[in-house]
Amino acid sequence: MFKKFLAIVAALMMSMTSSFAVDFSGKTVTWLVPFGAGGGSDKWARYYAPMLSKALPGNPTVVVQNCPGGSGTKCSNQFAQIKNGDGLTILGDSGSSKFPFLLDDKRVQYNPTKWPVVLSSATGGGAYVTPKTGYKTSADFKKLQGKKLKYGAQGATSLDLIALLAFDMLGLQVDAVMGYKGRGPARVAFERGEMTIDYQTSSAYLKVNQTLVKDGKAVPLFAWGILDESGNIVRDPTFPNLPSFVEYYESVHGKKPKGPAWSAWKTFFASGFGGQKMVYLPEGTSADIVKTYADAFAKVVASDEFKKTSSKRLGKYPQATGKAAVAAQKEAFTIDAKSKAWIKNHLSKNYGVKF
Amino acid sequence: MLDSLISAFTLIFSGEHFLFLLFGVVMGIFIGILPGLGGIVGFSILMPFIYGMDPVSALAMLIGLIAVIPTSDTFTSVLMGIPGSSASQATVLDGFTLAKQGQAARALSAAFSASLFGGLFGACVLTLIVVIAKPIILFFGSSELFMLGILGISMVGVLSGDSFVKGFLACGIGLLLGTMGSAPATGEWRLTFGSYYLFDGLKVVTIGLAAFAIPEICDLLRKNKTIATKDEPIGKGWLKGLMDTLREKWIVIRCAGIGTLVGILPGLGGSVVDWIAYGHVVQTSKDKSNFGKGDIRGVIAPESANNAKEGGGLVPTILFGIPGSGSMAVFLGGLTLLGIEPGPALIEEDLQFTYVMVWSLALANVIGAGMCFAISSKVAKITTIPYGVLAPFMIMIICFAAFQVTRSIYDLYILIILGAFCTLMKSYNWPRPALLIGFVLSDTLETYLYQAVQIYDWNFLTRTSVIIIFIITLISIFLGMRTKKEKTVVHNVKISDLFKFNLETVYLGIIYLFFGITVYDSFTHNFLGGVFPGGISIIMFVTMTYTLFFNQRWLSKALNSSYSLEDTKDMFYAFSWIIFLVLLVTFFGFIIGIVILFVSVMKNKTNLSLLKILLITSGGIVLMLVLSYFMVLDFPSGLLQEYVKLPWPFK
Repeated sequence: MFKKFLAIVAALMMSMTSSFAVDFSGKTVTWLVPFGAGGGSDKWARYYAPMLSKALPGNPTVVVQNCPGGSGTKCSNQFAQIKNGDGLTILGDSGSSKFPFLLDDKRVQYNPTKWPVVLSSATGGGAYVTPKTGYKTSADFKKLQGKKLKYGAQGATSLDLIALLAFDMLGLQVDAVMGYKGRGPARVAFERGEMTIDYQTSSAYLKVNQTLVKDGKAVPLFAWGILDESGNIVRDPTFPNLPSFVEYYESVHGKKPKGPAWSAWKTFFASGFGGQKMVYLPEGTSADIVKTYADAFAKVVASDEFKKTSSKRLGKYPQATGKAAVAAQKEAFTIDAKSKAWIKNHLSKNYGVKF
Repeated sequence: MLDSLISAFTLIFSGEHFLFLLFGVVMGIFIGILPGLGGIVGFSILMPFIYGMDPVSALAMLIGLIAVIPTSDTFTSVLMGIPGSSASQATVLDGFTLAKQGQAARALSAAFSASLFGGLFGACVLTLIVVIAKPIILFFGSSELFMLGILGISMVGVLSGDSFVKGFLACGIGLLLGTMGSAPATGEWRLTFGSYYLFDGLKVVTIGLAAFAIPEICDLLRKNKTIATKDEPIGKGWLKGLMDTLREKWIVIRCAGIGTLVGILPGLGGSVVDWIAYGHVVQTSKDKSNFGKGDIRGVIAPESANNAKEGGGLVPTILFGIPGSGSMAVFLGGLTLLGIEPGPALIEEDLQFTYVMVWSLALANVIGAGMCFAISSKVAKITTIPYGVLAPFMIMIICFAAFQVTRSIYDLYILIILGAFCTLMKSYNWPRPALLIGFVLSDTLETYLYQAVQIYDWNFLTRTSVIIIFIITLISIFLGMRTKKEKTVVHNVKISDLFKFNLETVYLGIIYLFFGITVYDSFTHNFLGGVFPGGISIIMFVTMTYTLFFNQRWLSKALNSSYSLEDTKDMFYAFSWIIFLVLLVTFFGFIIGIVILFVSVMKNKTNLSLLKILLITSGGIVLMLVLSYFMVLDFPSGLLQEYVKLPWPFK
């Protein structure tokens, strides 16, 4: 009798463990991208997709599906509705869909802090100014003060917010001219001489600005920096000669940045660059499935194929998985009430944004 | 330069590159034929395959795709009056009219040959200009682009038909519809009425379909015959069309030039190019009387321009990495997936890639035009199919195309609402092209005006380049007004007629109310967010008030319809079929809705047996399924799907 009982218990335990092993054989994973085909998030997802397929158990097909609209809010809203826990749908967001959440945008009906994160991809940016100001190195900072600089922006609540707030914190007088359909057109405006200060994300900065800087048409200011494993902002390895924003701030003001403006900047920087693109599973997905994905991405990042091609495709930026990704998610979405109130007030007062 | 050019040419023909080019072209022909899709969809389908492909083949394929779409999108514009893509709307005006007169083959062949020449011209320009284009692009700043937008708007004068006032007001409606959504300067939500859908604003595909496709379908359903009403042998037309294009070679060249220029300037909006070309050819013709009634020049001009635009559009894309249009944006994405980074570095280090693109463009245009030619006389026979069979297909395609905009059921609702309004516009002779131009240029005008003032202050108006463009605008308006005779008024209309309750006065009331609402809405915003819509809406409101109440002559133009109440009733009976489909979709989902629609329309309007009806219906369904499979698309689902779990494709 007792032997039978043991046998049954053993059989039950074995069946339980085997059902715990996640396997996606014959299935299709849909990777939702809240932006249009051809954009940065799309490229990022399509770069990862085939490698993810190979790394997931059962090697399911991974299909990237674009669902643009509402600056990324539409797709995120839809993703928030998924409750089936089968692990076959993942979302790859970007800074542009994080900001509406942080700013309590009316369209947002999702909460990314509830989604388990399995990958966090960073990117960077660098700011530069026209040589017509007489600025050559950070010692010339005084030459920038008192000058009215012009910056081409997409909007006050877009990623430009990071640049504009940084300039503001440095004490620069920057006039934001809105309505540019991206950093590309703003860069052309800079080349035309219409804009006098600008930033570009790393890939654009590398390719184009090296020529502008080389030809003496632009002078580098600083790079934003990157988040290290503990969530501190350190120098960006892609631009080893450029100080990070923290370093630059210190060189200008003689002390480290702090206060609600800084706290807001840190969060928006983490959302917009430090952990710009994240991959999530729907809320309530089982821990096993989450771990399966986290392990798969870790495998991808450690693979030879990734090491060979990623710096060209994604830049030399940390691709955080596991605990580091969770830390990045925390940095990207943690903003205390005081800083939130501060940034909303700042945006209303200076840019007429209505909340 | 020359050796890069030659080596690129030989490169294309070596290995499988040419095959990929062909594949891209064939794909482009299909995408172009189905309205509302456009390059973006084609790229999305090809994207997964590009990854890891040999760059030259991939480039050839992508370019093959874009180059051919403005050629093949003519099929539906001419044969069905459904604009194949946003750059093919102007072609509908004369092209579809010609098809109704039984001259479909002629219109198609003129269109294809014009497209071919336009495309080749664009490729030539790309070759020569790309090395020196940078200063040109840098030259055109916000002020210049704003003035070019004004030049575009001035086309409304030419396209207003018999009444400038109606054109002016229609353009105003378009401009205001274009302000819906987020304001460029402040990001405020304008005219959204709290609707999530409207936060993104309306899209040109929806407006194009609502303005042209829907009224035409209603008209044809009402008459219930075949598209072509005259008994002309279709087969002979193709030679005539070719001769037409050769005869009008100066128009082809001029419009190709216009198309290339508009393509090169990023931010002008490729959707306007066909209207600018059309407007230009009307302005510069001595005999304007036939435009809109089947003048072949009205087909040649836009078709030449929209192909040339693609060549031009590659210039800023390659030079600056700035896409000039939505499809260029996706193309850019494809380039970087291939590891090709656009920018001056590309031109300096690897001119060969650029020339691969040039040759692909040229070859694709030739092959594409050739293929379209070859199939055109067969395809033109569509116009002889009884409308009872054709109509459900057209309704299905229109709804499918409209659905691509945001892939939500609200796309269809908006289509119906706007479609109803535009059907009334057609009945009462309000010029729909004016509405469209206003809509397309709205964002351009507002953004560039705002930026120009921010950068230069109002002095921007005194810049030499701006003044030159302004003078060109004045000349173009003048040319347009030349030989335009104001038709003498026959109707004796009184103000009291306005208060009679009939469909036309309701229609006028809706417009008036719209202007009133937009005036009100503009005051709820900050200055920068509200000034543009506010200014336009106030001008429109005042103009309309004046027209309705203070100017007898203008009133008689506005309240002067040639449609009797009977005609309008028929029109709405036809319109109800479209409403029927959307209701079906709301309740049962797309596929089931389509099946029911097909069966009902054909049963109602034709004498075909049930078996034949089901056979045709399954043909339509298969088409939809194939498309959706490749586009990784779910169809709109209905209430039924919320309660009952159905397998794909009934989801």
